[in-house]
Amino acid sequence: MIDFLTQLGKTTRAAFNKLGRATFFLLHTLFGISDVIIRPRLLINQIYSVGVLTFLIITISGLFVGMVLGLQGYNILSDFGSEEALGVMVAASLVRELGPVVSGLLFAGRAGSALTAEIGLMKATEQLSGMEMMAIDPIKRIMTPRFLAGFISMPLLAALFSSVGILGGHLVGVGLLGVDDGSYWSQMQANLDFQDDIINGVIKSIVFGFVATWIAIFEGYDAIPTSEGVSRATTRTVVNSAFSILGLDFILTALMFGDQ
Amino acid sequence: MDEDDSIISTSLVSVRNLSFRRGNRVIFDNLSLDIQRGKITAIMGPSGTGKTTLLKLIGGQLCPDQGTVTVDGIDVHKLKRKDLFELRKRMGMLFQSGALLTDINVYDNVAFPIREHSHLTESMIRTLVLMKLQAVGLRGAAKLMPSELSGGMARRVALARAIALDPMMIMYDEPFTGQDPISMGALIHLIKSLNTTLGLTSIIVSHDVQETSLISDYIYVISDGKVAVQGTPAEIEASDSPWVQQFMKGEPDGPVHFHYPANDYVKDLFYSPEKPLKRPKKPGGPGFFGKKSSPPPKTAESKKSSRSRYHSQD
Repeated sequence: MIDFLTQLGKTTRAAFNKLGRATFFLLHTLFGISDVIIRPRLLINQIYSVGVLTFLIITISGLFVGMVLGLQGYNILSDFGSEEALGVMVAASLVRELGPVVSGLLFAGRAGSALTAEIGLMKATEQLSGMEMMAIDPIKRIMTPRFLAGFISMPLLAALFSSVGILGGHLVGVGLLGVDDGSYWSQMQANLDFQDDIINGVIKSIVFGFVATWIAIFEGYDAIPTSEGVSRATTRTVVNSAFSILGLDFILTALMFGDQ
Repeated sequence: MDEDDSIISTSLVSVRNLSFRRGNRVIFDNLSLDIQRGKITAIMGPSGTGKTTLLKLIGGQLCPDQGTVTVDGIDVHKLKRKDLFELRKRMGMLFQSGALLTDINVYDNVAFPIREHSHLTESMIRTLVLMKLQAVGLRGAAKLMPSELSGGMARRVALARAIALDPMMIMYDEPFTGQDPISMGALIHLIKSLNTTLGLTSIIVSHDVQETSLISDYIYVISDGKVAVQGTPAEIEASDSPWVQQFMKGEPDGPVHFHYPANDYVKDLFYSPEKPLKRPKKPGGPGFFGKKSSPPPKTAESKKSSRSRYHSQD
């Protein structure tokens, strides 16, 4: 029992210790924003590797998720004779929940893991130490542009996911199952609220982008500089990001839609 | 002026009563040494004695538990981060791996510190970079990526980058490790010629005894966290310490035994396989000061870094 409590205490202390270091790291990263503004090229390069290269997986996933929603939604709605509500059902599901959450999970898996591995390997090959000895702050030079790139890219990717998903739902619902084209769009237009649905979805995607990128760059910077250490850090990025996104999604949903 | 004062005035780096620990392991115990201006000083010692750690302490990447490190009269560990970075602009460091940025080519690697720290035009940067690459004989490799370079070439590029800002001193971390004879010869020549022509002060951390002795003006041999012996290469060569002789000549057996302490050989051979082997009593051989040699550090993650405060120190 004593051993268990000792171990529990150690684990808890280690977790808080890491959270503290991650918070200071984040503050240091944010202090570097002024440097990135002076040299936007650094940010543009990272937006390409973090955002543009994640474009394909987001588009394809969004299409299939939308198509599945169209199919499942049609089956349920047709039982109640409300097939024309398919558009609003697909759009609300995507914009409110699936867009930010699924694109956040995909972002963590594709871009987050790549960020952790890249930064971890830079640490293992002494590139970060080398920068420090060249009097260049690696956090401002390496971490800040990557953090900003993730923060900016994620809401755009979530919007892309939702948009392609709505088209996927249209393809199946209207194109294959015969739902009226006008009803699909007009029901969506009439029932989706800009503030409640779209803005809340965008806020979620911004939060998920912030958290997933923070986890990714910190895990890379904190990685043990060996191949095994980088591998473990990459795994931690995906797992911790997934838990954080899903947990935060519940909290944000409760705050946004809890009183309706 | 007494002798000690004159040494301090001519020394660029002065380490005084330095103590440093990693966990319970003592790396340096009241270490003192001086690096003379304009000279090549070698720091040698067996693996795991903390030679690279000493360079990191001089560069301010680690903080000592006790003692001071002054570079050009400035106490490195009392500097604020901004001032430390200003000092580092005058210090070059050649890492064992080269530490080149792998996503940019040779030219951009050498141009990297110049672009970061100056407002020179691209044409002036080009001239400077080509001059530095010419100095290390790799002007023709300017457009190659680091992955296309051999180990020796990568270190020469890293050397060109280290001299890009015309530093007052360069620290070389194991520059000869894993080099073929031609690359090693090129590096030896470069270190010597750069030190002379640019008026640098060089610190070489190495356990390649012959190569380092060839170009060093002064040698410190470190063992058990202290300076075991110091002097010119000739003085070290003439040392009557069996430990130093074994180290300098690379003899497999001597005060540091070839065999890790073990139980009786014959008994071990005829021991019943069902019974586990007994653990030997002594974990290591003696160092210069007769202590047990410390085992090498377990993993790189255990490295303590006060400057890199967000790294795990578990």
